[in-house]
Amino acid sequence: MQKKKKLVEYLIEKGLFITAIFSIVIILIIFIFIINEGIPAISEYGFLNFIFGMTWAPSDSQFGVFPMIIGSICVTLLSLLMAVPLSLLCAIFMAEVAPDSVRKVLKPVIETLSGIPSVVYGFFGLIVIVPLIREQFGGTGFSMFTASLILTVMVLPTIISVSQDAIRSVPSEYREASLGLGATNWQTIKNIIFPAALPGIITAIILGMGRAIGETLAVIMVAGNVPLIPGSIFDPLRTLTSNIALEMGYATGIHYSALFTTAIVLFIIIIVLLLVAHYFQKKYSMDAYGGHA
Amino acid sequence: MGFSKIIPPKIAQKIMNGVFIASGIVTLLILVLILGYILVKGLPAFNLEFIFGNPIDSGKEGGIFPMIVSSLYVTLIAGLIATPFGVGAGVYMVEYANNNRIVRLIRFGAETLASIPSIVFGLFGLAFFVVFLHLGWSILSGGLVLAIMALPTIFQVSEVTISSIPNSYREGSLGLGATKWQTIYKVVLPAAIPGIVTGVILGMTRAISEAAAVMFSVGASIQTPISIFDPGRPLPLHLYMLATEGISLEKAFGTAAVLVILVLIITIVTNLVVDRYQRKIMGK
Repeated sequence: MQKKKKLVEYLIEKGLFITAIFSIVIILIIFIFIINEGIPAISEYGFLNFIFGMTWAPSDSQFGVFPMIIGSICVTLLSLLMAVPLSLLCAIFMAEVAPDSVRKVLKPVIETLSGIPSVVYGFFGLIVIVPLIREQFGGTGFSMFTASLILTVMVLPTIISVSQDAIRSVPSEYREASLGLGATNWQTIKNIIFPAALPGIITAIILGMGRAIGETLAVIMVAGNVPLIPGSIFDPLRTLTSNIALEMGYATGIHYSALFTTAIVLFIIIIVLLLVAHYFQKKYSMDAYGGHA
Repeated sequence: MGFSKIIPPKIAQKIMNGVFIASGIVTLLILVLILGYILVKGLPAFNLEFIFGNPIDSGKEGGIFPMIVSSLYVTLIAGLIATPFGVGAGVYMVEYANNNRIVRLIRFGAETLASIPSIVFGLFGLAFFVVFLHLGWSILSGGLVLAIMALPTIFQVSEVTISSIPNSYREGSLGLGATKWQTIYKVVLPAAIPGIVTGVILGMTRAISEAAAVMFSVGASIQTPISIFDPGRPLPLHLYMLATEGISLEKAFGTAAVLVILVLIITIVTNLVVDRYQRKIMGK
């Protein structure tokens, strides 16, 4: 009896271990399959040609994704430029300024909004924002600016709710000490709370950035999808993700493989971003807890 | 900052208060206006025929019943598959894992999985489930892709919840002679249920909202899927096709509204149920 019990405990532990390493296994399989499918295009076209090539013309066997790399980076940065200030102010409002009753309403509303399907936002952009941009700024209305606006709206809830949690988790002693020394609420927020919450806020921004760079269909619906480097923010552009979604439906042979290679490029960009983010996170958490701040 | 030297602190305080309140209102207004617009525009399309009817002429007329079924079907499969793995991994990390390197590796794996763009999952689903495993364009292929996407969310929320259960619970149970697994199963998990359910629902909302990840694995059939090997077309994908192929604006608005309402219902009902359960446990 005792022995059987021990065996069951042992098996359960091993079973749980398997569920735990499952995500690692999945990632490995994903990497292997994406890279494996991408190799034919790399070996035929060359990885550097692929990354730095300026022309994407599958019918001519031209597979340069440089304009798409620029496109992805541009829409992501522009949307963060708009989303970060607004969402940080909103997060501070929710965490430090608003009374409890307002916060109790706002928090679930914001969290629910982050669950709204991105296609819905894309659809809204197509119907409302694209005509608006066309009337106000000329052109077709399908542009980098339109796509960035839609992405801004999409990442707002993510950045707000995560950075709000970070601000709320700053120990209240910090706040009380600062207020006790005669600082105003704003001085306390600016000099004490914000620096202490910075690592969490960076995490929030990274999450938002990841969402923006990975978004596909909502961007396709409003960005115009021309595979050229945009000259202004009112020019159309194509992102790496859009490139995959637009052409996968009918791609064959080397073209099919080139779309998997596009995914590899996307992987590399995201890994670089994650590393950069981790670096800043570490750096600022030093400053906030005993550095030279 | 020169700014703070010129403006007296009390006035700066008033200005900033105004800025904070304004940005809170602006943000909320933007988000609520968008949803309001979709719902108001979508409402005229609503009737029983739209919800329970089949699409006619590739969605120009008729209803969206097969898409609603497809959406619920793939989401359910995703939840059923991802939950045991996600919760199991959460339990392992909190209760068993004692090797720091493995813990860090697993956490890194989940983070990476969470940051992979959905379209890459779509590619993977096509190459792996549809082609390599010969599952074809089917509800099962789509559900499996969504399960992988929902996994990190369920795992991360479960881990946080389980680790927040006070140690005294475990000690009490172990002290009474229960084994480790009995303690987890009878004491820790029931106490963690509200958080775990929230995590599962978060994962499933991510799944039901997803179009890019399933567009190359679930097919685009407008028939109501019966078996898990039938192809289908979840609502977000249908909305995307209606809008980009210019099939019907009216039906697109209706579909968007259904999707929004579905997500709202799921979130609100879960919050209510979790709240009630939490109160019941606390009451005891």
